[in-house]
Amino acid sequence: MTHTDWPLWEVFVRSRRGLSHTHAGSLHAPDAELALRNARDLYTRRGEGVSIWVVPSSAITASSPDEKDPFFEPAADKPYRHPTFYEIPEGVRHL
Amino acid sequence: MATAAARDTAGGRASDAPADDTADFQRAFDAAVAADERIEPRDWMPDAYRATLVRQIAQHAHSEIIGMQPEANWITRAPSLRRKAILMAKVQDEAGHGLYLYSAAETLGTSRDELLDKLHSGRQKYSSIFNYPTLTWADVGAIGWLVDGAAITNQVPLCRCSYGPYARAMVRVCKEESFHQRQGYELLLALSRGTPEQHAMAQDAVDRWWWPSLMMFGPPDDESQHSAQSMAWKIKRHSNDELRRRFVDICVPQAESLGLTLPDPDLKWNEERGQHDFGAIDWTEFRDVLKGNGPCNEERLTRRRRAHEEGAWVREAAAAHAAKHRNSETGAARA
Amino acid sequence: MTTTPAKDTAHTAAALALGDDALVLSHRLGEWAGHAPVLEEELALANIALDLLGQARVLLSAAGDEDELAYLREERAFRNLQLVEQPNGDFAHTIARQLYFSAYQHLLYGELAAGDGPFAPLAGKAVKETAYHRDHAEQWTLRLGDGTDESHARMQRAVDALWRYTGEMFQPVEGVDVDPSGLETAWLERVSEVLRRATVTVPDGPRTGAWTAGAGRQGLHTESFGRMLAEMQHLHRSHPGATW
Repeated sequence: MTHTDWPLWEVFVRSRRGLSHTHAGSLHAPDAELALRNARDLYTRRGEGVSIWVVPSSAITASSPDEKDPFFEPAADKPYRHPTFYEIPEGVRHL
Repeated sequence: MATAAARDTAGGRASDAPADDTADFQRAFDAAVAADERIEPRDWMPDAYRATLVRQIAQHAHSEIIGMQPEANWITRAPSLRRKAILMAKVQDEAGHGLYLYSAAETLGTSRDELLDKLHSGRQKYSSIFNYPTLTWADVGAIGWLVDGAAITNQVPLCRCSYGPYARAMVRVCKEESFHQRQGYELLLALSRGTPEQHAMAQDAVDRWWWPSLMMFGPPDDESQHSAQSMAWKIKRHSNDELRRRFVDICVPQAESLGLTLPDPDLKWNEERGQHDFGAIDWTEFRDVLKGNGPCNEERLTRRRRAHEEGAWVREAAAAHAAKHRNSETGAARA
Repeated sequence: MTTTPAKDTAHTAAALALGDDALVLSHRLGEWAGHAPVLEEELALANIALDLLGQARVLLSAAGDEDELAYLREERAFRNLQLVEQPNGDFAHTIARQLYFSAYQHLLYGELAAGDGPFAPLAGKAVKETAYHRDHAEQWTLRLGDGTDESHARMQRAVDALWRYTGEMFQPVEGVDVDPSGLETAWLERVSEVLRRATVTVPDGPRTGAWTAGAGRQGLHTESFGRMLAEMQHLHRSHPGATW
């Protein structure tokens, strides 16, 4: 049996104007144009989207789970980045 | 879902990691499962967990694809244009569900081509229920009500499965499946309340699909070879028998509203247990069909293989065209 | 049994002609379910079939009862083009049929949508659907025509084989205020351009005249159409008066 497996694409759908594109899933297509069309038929057939991006899966660079701690933990101990860190006297408004 | 790069990393680490690292990874994995966290494609996972998931997700995807056949059998004969539109949309959804699930399986490092090869060569299974024939129009309704109903009962807990991509695919599938079950029920209701011939057609279909639907939950708990481990890994959340009983309890009042009977003289309410008792399932038949001796095993697989083989030149053409024109592609997206 | 349309007007005749085109092509596309060359294409073909079936239901309902018209008319009472009833053949034949028909339907519905006739509201919605159908057919024509040697040969055979059914599209349709003959130049330009880019030779065989194909609008159909109707209608006809 011949193997002509088309490459894998990741699909991002904007569900309505004002929202960003979010990952919907993946699919196979021989090229970008058909990937877009396949994505339209597969991921928006119930009116789930107003805009679609397709990206070759091989083009995505992801952080490694091995580096999870060095990558993300340093951000966990900086509470002063969050507004709730600061105490404001009662009655002060619009802050 | 996973990227090619992600799959390489994850696939490599499981087997190459030194022994003490593996122990650490195993502890992290166990802790994540225990805390009801999701396992994601690039996380370390035990080889057996990966294999179990690939087997289960692939079987699930294959079932969606093979499951198109018995219903597509009636698209060209649907007796009203409204029913025809509904049925076409439903069969289309099944192709879509197959695609969601193949995508989920691919995050585990197995390509769709490999999975389809295994289906075509009989090395991976699909749900035995689709080896039964759709003999009348009422079978379309019985499949929707009973087969999709059983599938939903099985699948809703999978939305909380420990493996992230599978759980997410199932959320999408379950949302869409509820339309499938309702259209089946409505179809049967129209027949049951129709002419005497239509009513008889509906009853006949329910008589033929009831027992195979109960078999969809798999062998009894004490004989189920994969259940215990799958429950521990939180791939599975409830036992086969538990889900089967839940399904029977749901169906009994629905059948009454339909004005149809379920073909089981032993079916009755057990006040003490707060559940229905029901008759013994013919597991010999189940195993026979599973082994390939069902009424349509050969036909379903042959037809699937033929569609794949006859489509080869189309897939090759598109790949060849893409290779010729790769450099001329444009079109960048902007956020 | 034959059914007399509710109103024997030009409007009814037009609704039947356009509705039958959509109904019959939708049925043919529905025959692909479970057979498509790749799973993604199952979704695409079904989407197109569902759009067409939706159009058919609106149009037939404008002419009478949609189910009576679809299921109880004899072959000679159907007014669809012979092109749309042609069997699916291989995927190239299906794509060639889509290419020819969707280019025509898109032009026709564009004109109808721009006018103020009774079909303007339907056409306004359908023209967006037909744009997508045409795009789908064109994309695949390009890939099959300019793909492998085998796909090129199949695409060429398909456009050649169906060519003789295309002349009928540009004959006047009773009750349709657009003169289809005025669409022919634009159609030919569009189709030729796609075929040229697909490295497929534009057929030059006859496509009009008494001895070529095409009299579907007069109720003359090709042999396979009767078998298609037999399958489509048999269940409905087996239960007279039943509701589904």
